[in-house]
Amino acid sequence: MTHGSECLLRLYEERLELEDYQNGVPRWCNGCGDNAILAAVQRLCRDEGLRPEKTVFVSGIGCSSRFPHYMNTYGFHGIHGRALPIAQGVCLTRPDLKVFVNTGDGDCCSIGAGHWVHAVRYNMNIKLFLHDNQIYGLTKKQASPTSPAGTRSNTTPRGSYLEALNPLTVTLGVQNVSFVAQAADWIPELLYDIVKAAYRHKGFSFVRIIQRCPEFMPNQFDPWMHDPQRTMLLRHAQGITPSEGLARVYRNVREHDPSDLERARAVASCIDPVPVGILYRNEEVPCYEDLRRSTKMRTAAYVKAGLEAEFDKFTIWPEEARTPAAA
Amino acid sequence: MNDTLLLQPETTAASTSKTVTALDEHIVEVLSDSGEGAQRCGQSLGAISARMGNGVWTVEIIPAEIQPPARSVEGASGNRVRIGACGITNGGDESDLAIAFNEQVLLGRLRAGEFKPGATILLESMWRGHSDPKIAASYLQTHQELVKAGYRVYEIPMERECLKLVQDARKGKNMFALGMLCSIYSRDMALAREQIALTFGKKNRSVIEANVKLLDAGFRWAEANLDFKYRIPAARPSVPQIVVNGNTAIALGVLASGMEVCAMYPITPATSASHYLSEVFEKVGGVVHQAEDEIAACAFAIGASYAGRCALTITSGPGFSLKQEGIGLAVMGEIPLVVVNVQRGGPSTGQPTKAEQGDLLSAMFGSHGDAPKVVMAPCSIEDCFYSIITARKIAETFNMVVVVLSDAALATSQQPFPRPQFSETWIAPPPDQGEIPPGARPYDWDEVTGLARRFVPGQPHGMHTLTGLAHDRSSHVAYDPQINQEAIRARSLKLAALAKTLKAPPLYGDPEGDLLVIGWGSTKGAIEEAVGALREQGHKVASMHLRFLQPLPPGIKEAMRRFRQVMTVEGNWCDDPADEIIDENNRRYSALAMLLRARYLVDVDCWSEVKGQPIKPGAIRRALIEKLKASRDPKDAMP
Repeated sequence: MTHGSECLLRLYEERLELEDYQNGVPRWCNGCGDNAILAAVQRLCRDEGLRPEKTVFVSGIGCSSRFPHYMNTYGFHGIHGRALPIAQGVCLTRPDLKVFVNTGDGDCCSIGAGHWVHAVRYNMNIKLFLHDNQIYGLTKKQASPTSPAGTRSNTTPRGSYLEALNPLTVTLGVQNVSFVAQAADWIPELLYDIVKAAYRHKGFSFVRIIQRCPEFMPNQFDPWMHDPQRTMLLRHAQGITPSEGLARVYRNVREHDPSDLERARAVASCIDPVPVGILYRNEEVPCYEDLRRSTKMRTAAYVKAGLEAEFDKFTIWPEEARTPAAA
Repeated sequence: MNDTLLLQPETTAASTSKTVTALDEHIVEVLSDSGEGAQRCGQSLGAISARMGNGVWTVEIIPAEIQPPARSVEGASGNRVRIGACGITNGGDESDLAIAFNEQVLLGRLRAGEFKPGATILLESMWRGHSDPKIAASYLQTHQELVKAGYRVYEIPMERECLKLVQDARKGKNMFALGMLCSIYSRDMALAREQIALTFGKKNRSVIEANVKLLDAGFRWAEANLDFKYRIPAARPSVPQIVVNGNTAIALGVLASGMEVCAMYPITPATSASHYLSEVFEKVGGVVHQAEDEIAACAFAIGASYAGRCALTITSGPGFSLKQEGIGLAVMGEIPLVVVNVQRGGPSTGQPTKAEQGDLLSAMFGSHGDAPKVVMAPCSIEDCFYSIITARKIAETFNMVVVVLSDAALATSQQPFPRPQFSETWIAPPPDQGEIPPGARPYDWDEVTGLARRFVPGQPHGMHTLTGLAHDRSSHVAYDPQINQEAIRARSLKLAALAKTLKAPPLYGDPEGDLLVIGWGSTKGAIEEAVGALREQGHKVASMHLRFLQPLPPGIKEAMRRFRQVMTVEGNWCDDPADEIIDENNRRYSALAMLLRARYLVDVDCWSEVKGQPIKPGAIRRALIEKLKASRDPKDAMP
């Protein structure tokens, strides 16, 4: 680090290590999928050389939303459901910052669902990781919108009543969608590749990460973990190309062109086998901040000029000072 | 613009020799169906009068619906203009004169008691001979009632006269009416023509010429046909003045404050501030973000503030309720934030277009837990402008939420004020991006003031996670009882620190005496007018107007001690002690009265009105007289 220098310019390259992004010992349960997501994201930060002071992780409320506390970057652990609009405020005003959002299935798909839909439409350069464990964890086991029908929980002791909401199809149904991917916490190599692709996409990257909750949903994903055939790897030259090792285990591979929205919607509808990879990517969708952000330097003189011009519109001049045009 | 020729009077009006009555002030209403331009007529009269140097206060009369049915009571749209020889600080009492484009738009105002006994009414006469017998009958009936009730009614063939000049009298009658008013009030016609050129400046010359012709026609018609004429003396202003309504003043304040993000969601009556801001903010590099909902608007502003520069969100009652959780987050995280609440009638959807001061307590205590925030209330149109600049400054100096409580009365009223002189100190310096010194923590609360240095993303070595959870000085989540106690103390102390910088509010009226009236927000002008009137009658009274409600400024208790009685005048509910089941044990006091009683242990009484209208000085005067009378009864006097 450049500590001690009077100059803010960095005069030499420095390489940050994983430890430079780590902060404290995560307090998630043993076996919680959040740990895998944290590891993938810290690795991403290192590999992409993100400056810790120029990186902001914004979250809402829930187990997943503890995420920023474990990053040695700036973090904003806000209120339930509202991570996205907070992140958007940061993103609009600070093009120099990298903005991430960590959210859960309750935070994003229930209390924050309105913001989620609109975030897709704004398409701001924010990377969203939806930690989807299909259950409310922090409040101790209540059914979430993504809980499969029949899920027994403290609020649905006889099984949940409704079909699960599919975050992928919802996102892919919104105008201006520009990046949708799905990962699973138990395939870390793919998780990393997907997180990296999401980071490199300019626009709103929506990554649903299927995440195990050993405490409240033990064995929920066992059928998929134990049978690689039930994972559909999405492969494409423009998307992800799994390594040889991975391809030996996961043989159910589907060629999927991420520019094909119709196909993406069809793939997204598939619950079993579960698709993993990049479903959709479109670099052409404009970002809201690019449409709105001013490129002018807001000096006092600049503000004054604008203000005086407005005052002129509403000014009543005394007789002797009347403007020539009106005289 | 080369309008020299156009702006010369066409002919010198052949004025019949009428007696011109000199007036101190008059209140005029222009009423029409929505879309017939009564608003523009009234506003133009206000602007012309202000330019002549009269005191002016204009208020919009707005129907709640976008396209209310024509000729309907609830569809009345227009403007109310109070013109005075001296400075005018409020909308005043009942109206002296009205021009109505049909009798229906008059009825609602009449039933609401908005006209003085014997007021002059100029009524469009085209309905008398209308082909629909129902309409003609309705007109005749209303006309007879008005005459019977003692109003001075003049039937004016506005339609007929306008059709001599234009194809569609609906477009242009307002300018004919303006011409009539210019004659009635002896307005400067050169200024009037100029005003039309300014108003229609964006349109082409033929539009301006057509409107000037109508104006002149109305003027000539009134000169020739009306048997009365007034003069309201004016002193030409010596300094440039700004004429805007309260919401535009707020938006101009946003420009001047150097804030660069306003996040909002459409809501009445706050939205017009954002409309204007949307038009101009980008010219100074700002952004109006229309969020998907009120909560998102608040959260967006919080995110923008957290990232560097204080942002604001503008809303009205229901939206303010929705923002409360976000406001609590900003309090907890010590993120500067300006929240403007243009209050309207409540609760729930209430009266969206009407004035009320019902949100004081929710502004102070709205979020759950102990969430100290600053609450200010502008008391005039001018103050709407400066309050925003002050609010931004306080927000960033103390890392606090500042709530600015305007209301529908200020939002739609216009009053000229001296053109502000720009100062660089209004604008915040760019966010600090320097290195955080070793060992510094994001919440290093000062032992005395509770203040801590603000860390902004981008600052090297300042990395931490801001959290809405209870946290220690390092922003680490803390469940430790001592840490929570310390943190709440620090956030609370900031209010006391701000209070130390405030000045005692000045007294208007007697320095000591029988009754002190305390008010806040939009009622200042009306209260002072009532107090002034009582003092002229020899009463020993004064008023004090609070611009800071939280923290309260110093000097209030001392001022209260110098008066035998203290009462607040407010636009929010208080129970009437005369009601059968109301007594001292269950009476609900008005918001400010409750606060003053709790803080100063003084028996503060209150008088309030929640009729959705700006409180009239006459109503306040009567309430004060009642209070003074009652206090002569020794059993009611304070010990």
